[in-house]
Amino acid sequence: MKIPYFLLELDQTEPSLEGGASAMMPVEEYWLCLPASHIRPFVQTVRVMGACPPCCWFPMSLPPVPGPPRAPAGLRRSSHNAAPPPPPLPPPSSAPSPTAPACSSADPKLCPSPSTSACRQEKIVQSGMAYQDGSLQKLLKMNGLEDFPGPYDYDLIIIGGGSGGLAAAKATAKFNKKVMVLDYVTPTPQGTRWGLGGTCVNVGCIPKKLMHQAALLGQALKDSRDYGWNVNEKVKHDWEKMTEAVQNHIGSLNWGYRVALREKRVTYENAYGQFIGPHRVKTTNNKGKERIYTAERFLVATGERPRYLGIPGDKEYCISSDDIFSLPYCPGKTLVVGASYVALECAGFLAGFGLDVTVMVRSILLRGFDQEMAQKIGEHMEEHGIKFIKQFVPIKVEQIEAGTPGRLRVVAKSTRSDETIEGEYNTVLLAIGRDSCTRNLGLETVGVMINEKTGKIPVTDEEQTNVPYIYAIGDILEGKVELTPVAIQAGRLLAQRLYGGSTVLCDYENVPTTVFTPLEYGSCGLSEEKAIHKFGEENIEVYHSYFWPLEWTIPSRDNNKCYAKIICNIKDNERVVGFHLLGPNAGEVTQGFAAALKCGLTKQQLDNTIGIHPVCAEVFTTLSVTKRSGGSILQAGC
Amino acid sequence: MAALAAVLQSRSLGFPWLLRTWAGGARGAARGAAAGLHDYDLLVIGGGSGGLACAKEAAQLGRKVAVVDYVDPSPRGTRWGLGGTCVNVGCIPKKLMHQAALLGGMIQDARNYGWEVAQPILHDWRKMAEAVQNHVKSLNWGHRVQLQDRKVKYFNIKASFVDQHTVRGVTKGGKETLLSAEHIVIATGGRPKYPAHIEGALEYGITSDDIFWLKESPGKTLVVGASYVALECAGFLTGIGLDTTVMMRSIPLRGFDQQMSGLVTEHMVAHGTRFLKGCTASRVERLPSGQLQVTWKDLASGKEDMGTFDTVLWAIGRIPETRSLNLEKAGVNTNPDNQKILVNTQEATSVPHIYAIGDVAEGRPELTPTAIMAGKLLAQRLYGQSADLMDYDNVPTTVFTPLEYGCVGLSEEEAVARHGDDHVEVYHAYYKPLEFTVAERDASQCYIKMVCLREPPQLVLGLHFLGPNAGEVTQGFALGIKCGASYTQVMQTVGIHPTCAEEVAKLRISKRSGLDPTVTGC
Repeated sequence: MKIPYFLLELDQTEPSLEGGASAMMPVEEYWLCLPASHIRPFVQTVRVMGACPPCCWFPMSLPPVPGPPRAPAGLRRSSHNAAPPPPPLPPPSSAPSPTAPACSSADPKLCPSPSTSACRQEKIVQSGMAYQDGSLQKLLKMNGLEDFPGPYDYDLIIIGGGSGGLAAAKATAKFNKKVMVLDYVTPTPQGTRWGLGGTCVNVGCIPKKLMHQAALLGQALKDSRDYGWNVNEKVKHDWEKMTEAVQNHIGSLNWGYRVALREKRVTYENAYGQFIGPHRVKTTNNKGKERIYTAERFLVATGERPRYLGIPGDKEYCISSDDIFSLPYCPGKTLVVGASYVALECAGFLAGFGLDVTVMVRSILLRGFDQEMAQKIGEHMEEHGIKFIKQFVPIKVEQIEAGTPGRLRVVAKSTRSDETIEGEYNTVLLAIGRDSCTRNLGLETVGVMINEKTGKIPVTDEEQTNVPYIYAIGDILEGKVELTPVAIQAGRLLAQRLYGGSTVLCDYENVPTTVFTPLEYGSCGLSEEKAIHKFGEENIEVYHSYFWPLEWTIPSRDNNKCYAKIICNIKDNERVVGFHLLGPNAGEVTQGFAAALKCGLTKQQLDNTIGIHPVCAEVFTTLSVTKRSGGSILQAGC
Repeated sequence: MAALAAVLQSRSLGFPWLLRTWAGGARGAARGAAAGLHDYDLLVIGGGSGGLACAKEAAQLGRKVAVVDYVDPSPRGTRWGLGGTCVNVGCIPKKLMHQAALLGGMIQDARNYGWEVAQPILHDWRKMAEAVQNHVKSLNWGHRVQLQDRKVKYFNIKASFVDQHTVRGVTKGGKETLLSAEHIVIATGGRPKYPAHIEGALEYGITSDDIFWLKESPGKTLVVGASYVALECAGFLTGIGLDTTVMMRSIPLRGFDQQMSGLVTEHMVAHGTRFLKGCTASRVERLPSGQLQVTWKDLASGKEDMGTFDTVLWAIGRIPETRSLNLEKAGVNTNPDNQKILVNTQEATSVPHIYAIGDVAEGRPELTPTAIMAGKLLAQRLYGQSADLMDYDNVPTTVFTPLEYGCVGLSEEEAVARHGDDHVEVYHAYYKPLEFTVAERDASQCYIKMVCLREPPQLVLGLHFLGPNAGEVTQGFALGIKCGASYTQVMQTVGIHPTCAEEVAKLRISKRSGLDPTVTGC
């Protein structure tokens, strides 16, 4: 009986969401036109973490004056609009007032509180008492913060309903806390939008793995003939049918998240959240309706969105990974720009459907990953018909003909010379990187420091920003891995620390991951380059081998393409510091090894482990050839 | 040298009869002293996974090695080449036929993923069997080449002991050869058992020794037995579209975790394999049509029933190949109950210089990788100045039923028996592989459980995984368990998204809690 009611409610909200009714709030303008009060950060807000002594507040004692700002230039906050240089630090104020000198807004609510409030909150977090026994408000009053909203509407407001945000929300709700999730998807330049769940569910891991699977099934159809199945020779792929199936699954996940939030009594609002003052956010829904909420703590988990090139025609005619998975027509001949894993994965599955695919690469493939593996992935893709144009960057995209798909002309320039080339494609997919969604959240209003260059937010080991009551997790963190399970883990652990008395930190070391290129790449730990850099070439031993999955022998394909490599630290009992695998089901294989790496796996233990026969993963139990030895690693018998 | 000998001797304290072995090893280091007394330093009887691994390793350590291998044709006349059970009538052909069956499922999935495949899609047994057999033959050849490369002498003769150091070999043509060696390794493996008491069983039935070498489709098949061999064969036969029935006397997959075994068969039933549980066959007759009529008895009701099949496959167990070895001539003791050879931790038999590895040895897991490792380690101990013993604990394995079952460590029953119910915590989850969603596959049996000690840090005792690619998933965790992984450590491992394996790192519901273990969302 509950569900029909729920359905009814969603029916009322969803059409307006999907209907593209952004007239009330033109997206582009909205992004670029910030309220005047947002233009310039307040000086107090530039303080780096730790400028506040931990014991800086207690009843009746005011915090000592922080020293001069130590924010390095690279960490200074600035908005998209050219911000005037920050004014000099105001004189130390012993009585923080709501009308701080730097506040230029007429609305006192928009003025950030002095940084001292941040310290206060930190103390509250640490003691966890003031809030509970109700003395908080008293304390605030005593400190002259009458305008401080209280009691708060929520214990925790999470901005961003992606993997990390939702995990944190659900985990927090378990402790009977009042939680709100704000999620809003700004449509892409092509107008694509989606539901609750963030990148992973809507425009990331889930649809890409499903499309990867569709491509693998194309290979399976070919293989199946050798295994005795009389599959017709010419098998066509229906993009629309696949996309519909994928989108239906995503729709069910969006729905599932809403149900889950509902069940856990988490308030969800499909609105864009921005800080407008301490402990205070303004939400704007797609009809332009604004509301203001307060919370004791905030969690920023807004993630990232694909980057555009900034060349003529890019936003008009190109698509990104935000669009490809729901593209209503087959993309046809496609140019993928970029060499990120997103670029290679998309190129891989598109080619798997039989499309003509070209990848344009500025410099190297899969930056940050082990480069030997990256190179092998590239070679494998080339052998399977994907073209690579290396050391070129697009400088102009023009439409030759509109349509679904239309025809585009791409002009590209060499990175080494003045040479330009032209090509005609049906679709141009940009996958050159992603930018953090941190610049239009009003973070400057509350003084949250971000890396000016990258837009990323530096946090402590506790995922705390420099403003102690504001936390951040997920892809927007500086120097952390951009992966769904990491965000989930971080979100869950954060909730447990904040509300469950836990002290367990999210461990960002040895995070395993998999790239779902046609030949999958699983890895955990250090790349060979990083291991050499860290330990020195003479102190690492690399064991490696090619292998031929048994299943591939019958169709007789891709021998000596699958590759296994482990990197050991000689000085530490040959402890395994890097694990790399190219082969089918790399993700499935890598997961368990990641657990073993967590347990301090050594080469000796690998050798002592009995293989499971016949699977690909067993190759790691019989690695005997070192790279140093130069011995042959070509596959020979079983 | 003396120091080494002292170390070796001290290591073998408590095994006085081993001193000779070690002395031999030490002498070996001085090169070739033994070759004068015997034809070979090492003679390996049985060219299967274990025997070949041991022979190659010994040869690589500079020894004069011979391998004798001989395949007695099955009652149906099937024979094969060098490489033993795994390569010819075990892991390799079964996994390939399993893959053929999986591809059948993928063809169905492909339609949901947008591939336009003309229907109906039929399976051609002949084509598959030929491809599989060709691959196996290439492996046979590869083994011969490898032996030659390593200068291991290979004899295709049937061996039996003459005395403690001498073996008589008889070729197919009846020609005899005598071979003597300082050390002898018995690695003859096992062969499928026939139910001799059942009328028509031997005459009309086949076993796993034959199924992979059939030129024609077996057609409607009755698989008798509940071993993993039985379930795997029934699984792939069903998967390629054959009408398949499994007849089992009592429980499926004895020795494996019974909850998992139950799910394995439940999944098979849901995918079209028929089961006759609690039944035993009593008679097989050939009908004028050429089909086989099988009579069986339902043990519960005592009633007899009958059915017609094209093929009857016995998969009721395996017997070690020890009977024709004349072991008594050498004084090698066997377990009278099962004819397996009794061995110690060094793999030595009751005769110190005669060893047994693989399926033929008493109390060893019947698995290729264990035999290979045991063979290698034995050779290294004999000739490589190593003292490393084979560790038979926590051996991971995978059953390639249509829904694969991977496991390592203790079953829940075993854990409870060893540690007591109060000291065991079982974490579990029903999950849905992402690929199943679009394919609209039922995931009711996709299930994982981790058996842990209850006391922190909750050492992992066993892992059981039911789902696609179970072998690939299990391998790494097997290593983790080897490294003494605790539940906490596994939980601290970040998942790889979206995979099935990540569900292992997300097991949060304990059985004891009684909470619903179904994974929702991602």
